[in-house]
Amino acid sequence: MTRIKLTVDGASVADDVEPRMLLVQYLREKLGKTGTVIGCDTSNCGACTVHVNGRSVKSCNMLAVQADGAEVTTIEGLAKDGELHPVQEAFRECHGLQCGFCTPGMIMRSVDLLQENPKPTEEEIRIGLEGNLCRCTGYHNIVRAVQHAAGGEVTA
Amino acid sequence: MTATQDEVSTGSTTEATGSTTEATGSTTGREIGRERRRKEDARLITGRTRWTDNIVLPGMLHMAMVRSPFAHAKITRIDTSEAKAATNVVAVFTGADLADEQGALPNAWPITPDQVAPAHPPMPADRVTFAGEIVAVIVARSAAEARDAAELVDVDYEELPAALDLKEAAEDKVLAHPELGTNKSALWVFDSAEAGTGGNVEEAIAAARTDGIVIEREFRQQRLIPAFMEPRSVVVDPTGEQITMWSATQIPHILRFLLAAVLGVPESKVRVIAPDVGGGFGGKLQTTPEEFLAMVIARRLGKPVKYTETRSESLMAGHHGRDQWQRLTLSATKEGVVTGFKVDLLADLGSYVSLIGGGVPVLGAFMFNAIYKFPAYHFQVQTVLTNKTWTDAYRGAGRPEATFGIERMMDELAAELGEDPIKVRERNWIKHEEFPFTTVAGLEYDSGNYEAATAQAMASFGYDELRAEQARRRDSGDRVQLGIGVSTFTEMCGLAPSRVLGSLDYGAGGWEHASVRMLPTGKVEVITGASAHGQGHETAFSQIVADRLGIAFEDVEVLHGDTAISHKGLDTYGSRSLVVGGEALVRAVDKVIEKAKPIAAHLMEASVDDLEFSGGRFTVRGTDQGLAIGEIALATFAAHNLPDGVEPSLDSDATYDPVNFNYPHGTHLCAVEIDTETGAIKMRKYTCVDDIGNVINPLIAAGQVHGGLVQGIAQALWEEAVYDDAGTLVSASFVDYLVPTSADTISFDVGHTTTPALTNTLGTKGVGEAGTIASTPAVVNAVVDALRPFGVTDIQMPCTPERVWKAIQGAGAASTEGAAAPHFSAETGMSGTADRTEGAGQ
Ligand code: FES
Ligand code: FES
Repeated sequence: MTRIKLTVDGASVADDVEPRMLLVQYLREKLGKTGTVIGCDTSNCGACTVHVNGRSVKSCNMLAVQADGAEVTTIEGLAKDGELHPVQEAFRECHGLQCGFCTPGMIMRSVDLLQENPKPTEEEIRIGLEGNLCRCTGYHNIVRAVQHAAGGEVTA
Repeated sequence: MTATQDEVSTGSTTEATGSTTEATGSTTGREIGRERRRKEDARLITGRTRWTDNIVLPGMLHMAMVRSPFAHAKITRIDTSEAKAATNVVAVFTGADLADEQGALPNAWPITPDQVAPAHPPMPADRVTFAGEIVAVIVARSAAEARDAAELVDVDYEELPAALDLKEAAEDKVLAHPELGTNKSALWVFDSAEAGTGGNVEEAIAAARTDGIVIEREFRQQRLIPAFMEPRSVVVDPTGEQITMWSATQIPHILRFLLAAVLGVPESKVRVIAPDVGGGFGGKLQTTPEEFLAMVIARRLGKPVKYTETRSESLMAGHHGRDQWQRLTLSATKEGVVTGFKVDLLADLGSYVSLIGGGVPVLGAFMFNAIYKFPAYHFQVQTVLTNKTWTDAYRGAGRPEATFGIERMMDELAAELGEDPIKVRERNWIKHEEFPFTTVAGLEYDSGNYEAATAQAMASFGYDELRAEQARRRDSGDRVQLGIGVSTFTEMCGLAPSRVLGSLDYGAGGWEHASVRMLPTGKVEVITGASAHGQGHETAFSQIVADRLGIAFEDVEVLHGDTAISHKGLDTYGSRSLVVGGEALVRAVDKVIEKAKPIAAHLMEASVDDLEFSGGRFTVRGTDQGLAIGEIALATFAAHNLPDGVEPSLDSDATYDPVNFNYPHGTHLCAVEIDTETGAIKMRKYTCVDDIGNVINPLIAAGQVHGGLVQGIAQALWEEAVYDDAGTLVSASFVDYLVPTSADTISFDVGHTTTPALTNTLGTKGVGEAGTIASTPAVVNAVVDALRPFGVTDIQMPCTPERVWKAIQGAGAASTEGAAAPHFSAETGMSGTADRTEGAGQ
């Protein structure tokens, strides 16, 4: 067991964890942050994406001990003071989700994408989200949602 | 529909010029047709979700599975002692340990009386018949410890020969289940001459051989994996009065019924909850070994248990879809009028006959004739057992396979005639003025307008311009060639009239149930037996109720997916929720209004005959007196002043059995660019115009189409469940099973025409499977269209760059062999069909 101390969604937490525990398991099982989900075992799907020190990370691809001292934000900590983050709002507005299982990861990745590139082209959005799988939407409305959040023109 | 569309539409909308008769009683209020943002999203975008794997109960134990690495093997010994001794392991079970309790998984649709089906224990004791089958279950205090201990179970197998190739299996060369003596499960036949719905197909083909056109082709429907994003998960709590099961399932009601029926637990002692479910696409339309084992083990231990599969377990052991060989013969006059169509299928069941797996190709039997007027039709399917993962429904279930078959053949006919593929289709399709139309497969199509959808699609696509560009590229010998693919479709959805299901030996009905609870504060709870897993029922059903009761959208709460709340239902699949469940809801709401009427009359001291109901209020004709429906609900709550003999409640329910299937249709056009030097395919444009009747929420409907399109395109271009020679699934992770990403796909041009259905009050048609059904043939037709000048007449799916490149290299061979997959063998013909011709029709 290793002692870790970190900040998750604004709260400081400390725990003894097994060195092999993944960050996503720590979030879900130890902290009950079940908004972040697991969709695969090969780091392909991106459903588990969170922010570590402000950058998007697949939390199944990182050990909990590696997050020691870090600031982690999950989908549950994205809205501030009851106000949805503009990307959350855009996903709702553009119907960028159906079953919603990929959505936490998709939103967290999109937020980071827009930080890097506030005015992405459709092509840049599609390449930027390549690491996140969605089986429901066909990506059409996810792309629209990111364009909408970027304040761009959104056509059908 | 256009009149009520007060927000931006996702595509152009045209009133079809044909049978636009308004269905009787159709509502035209302010909610229906509106692009309401979804109620569901508030929790889904903030992580306030209730996935089954989130559930934690006091004292809960975790299960992990030991699975067979072999496709077919005898289990000679299982040593569980080391696993049992591991830290925090509570129990280990093998098939032998649970033999008396675990029952056998059900097959609800034996398609013929003499169907051959092996017994399907959730965990076999002595023999495994596919790689991935469960041989032992570990129960431990944590999931990690359970998985660790699974590694410690020592199983000795004696490998047996495995039946892997579908065609070889059909010849019984190697038996998947030797005790059955054959791999052939059932032969199901439909013949239009026998059924009295059409002529004799052999005569039609013979006539065309002497004076007409006969096209013969063989197509492969590769094996696919539903690949919903949420892995399956189940939790069972046996500690309450009722045993509660949470499951990531599409079918909580059917599951409850079958758990009770198979395990001998009284149904009243079982509660099934499908909380938030992360996609299904047919893949969660199953009663699974994992669910049954969790139930049996939780009861045995008296403790809650949880099992969540890994992605590789999901891909390996969750049921697969498609997997057919299709041998098709189409006869036509020299002018291109189809005179007969003969369909001969081999369908791979995998190692067991699953819940409705045998029936999947039978659903296709009614759809091979599609939107066309064929005078003669013969269909047969031989279902076959192999030592692969069992197959069952995957988005469209039987209808994508059928649509692919006929739409590829219509293109082949057009090529033979040297004509535009749309012209050939038009010559053969049912004209809008010919509805209602009874097809050669015996179905009555109530409405449709194929001309309108096609004309709109062609205009929006820029069909003529793209054809001109294609000609230019061909003439100049451009390295990049353009292909244009056409597919029309219709589907029988809204499953299903119970009598029809009965006549097909299906084990249940096809009705749906809804109830409406009028709360004293004016709020309304709606309960539906349809079980949503991404389709937006909470939003669309709120819109329907809000309009019909004249109340606010926000005042409606839709509840579903818990048998303690929704005691009756037949769940969600087959594009049925809106057209069957929605109609049940309309009827329940109408009963509320009927019940409120005498109370309103009594309270306003008026005659029932003088009352009018609109906008949520009863008014007395010719006066300004009125009462809102909510006020009447409150009056029944107080019950101080009701007419004599009237019960103090407006609550109502309805169970609706559809009178007919429901027939959405559409025209899809696809343009692809093919680099003839590398075989790479780039999608240039995709236009579809679907006619799904009246639309409740255009935003949700378009979303269903987008997602369906990508699944269908993925079958055409990328996805395949590939097995190696030993019967191991090679594509058992997302590294190898190519679910498309955002970078693989493009934005779509989605439009619709509106020809209301005449068989339900709202005039709606199903939409869930539409995109998937039409897009696969549209894309393959586009690929083949690009390569026709090279002499290519088919590319086997998925049309990978390698297959495309090889087909171009093998140009002139005029056969599909150039593009063949390793397991394709032109020599092993299907039995029972004579004079098969490769390549062009004769
Ligand atoms: S769970 Fe799939 S990438 Fe992390
Ligand atoms: S919304 Fe279901 S996987 Fe993306």
